[in-house]
Amino acid sequence: MYALVSLISAWAIPIMIVFIPLYAAYRKIPVYESFVEGAKDGFDTAIKIIPHLVGMMVAISVFRASGAMDMLIGWMRPFFESIGVPTEVLPLAILRPITGAGSLAFTTDLIEQFGPDSMIGRIASTVQGSTDTTLYVITVYFGAIGIRKAGYALKVGLISDAVGFIASLVICYLVFT
Amino acid sequence: MVNWIWLFFIVVGFLVAAINGDVESVTQAAFDGAKNGVTVCFGLISVLVFWMGMMRIAEDAGILAKLARLLQPVVRFLFPSIPKNHPALGYIMSNMSANILGLGNAATPMGIKAMQELQKLNPNKDEASTAMCTLLALNTSSITLIPTTLIAIRMNFNSMNPAEIVGTTLIATIISTTAAIFVDRWYRRSRSPIPPLKG
Repeated sequence: MYALVSLISAWAIPIMIVFIPLYAAYRKIPVYESFVEGAKDGFDTAIKIIPHLVGMMVAISVFRASGAMDMLIGWMRPFFESIGVPTEVLPLAILRPITGAGSLAFTTDLIEQFGPDSMIGRIASTVQGSTDTTLYVITVYFGAIGIRKAGYALKVGLISDAVGFIASLVICYLVFT
Repeated sequence: MVNWIWLFFIVVGFLVAAINGDVESVTQAAFDGAKNGVTVCFGLISVLVFWMGMMRIAEDAGILAKLARLLQPVVRFLFPSIPKNHPALGYIMSNMSANILGLGNAATPMGIKAMQELQKLNPNKDEASTAMCTLLALNTSSITLIPTTLIAIRMNFNSMNPAEIVGTTLIATIISTTAAIFVDRWYRRSRSPIPPLKG
């Protein structure tokens, strides 16, 4: 199963890169002109995202560098300890929605420290793999189209992150013990 | 809510730094964060330009319309407010497929294209429509079939079985995505009592 899926992952992009223009040429589409026309949008979109991403990253960076993030994690620690969650993985629950690079670095560190086949290593891998950087996704997607009121999107994203974290814990304990 | 989180991060960050006697770190962190934001966007330029070019070819050739028609039932359930055969559906489908296959950097441009199409349907250009919220919910809960990056990291640290987390990740991702869809539905209902059903 894994071999098959990783094979599909490896081939998907190269095949798309060949198939899309070939099929378009067969349908008598001027492929290169079409490509350039669409690609122009890509540049504008990337530029449009800059203010949104800079704003968000400044706030996150200040919050982390000041030590506020560590304090928040410290306060939550006793509660999680009392329900039997290994506190080493706890920061991941808070880091994951906020910073993709930060949480990946943290997960890598946990895997290095405790070993990839430890319970902590498995939980960290599962959490990292099954959730996404909610704040980044919202900033990029809504930034690209100039949405200012995110509605309930952020709440939905954060709730699903929390559910993903809890589910990862429970499943790892069920499967690996 | 984003406004409050943003303000919270900055104000609390400043206060904690001040109490710790380390206000200078705020300045450094702010400029580092700004620099990071621009760096990430510049990294996105190449990917966005390339994939949006490819997506335009796919759209002109009618591939996206075909894809949308093929997966109509699933999408009609998730996005009842999008009219039949609307171009947004094709982009949504390609975004979801790219996510499932773990093609992270191909998924973002397709998601953005989908959002741009949804924005055309949005009566209030400032505020996210219900369909946009659903698309975001699907993306933030990150449907993943194979967590490629993590398997690579586990291999790097000599795991006995680097892929053993594929099953747990899949189950966790199914649970969190299902939760996202239900929570999204719940909020949508509470916003508009009669769910829109046109097309």
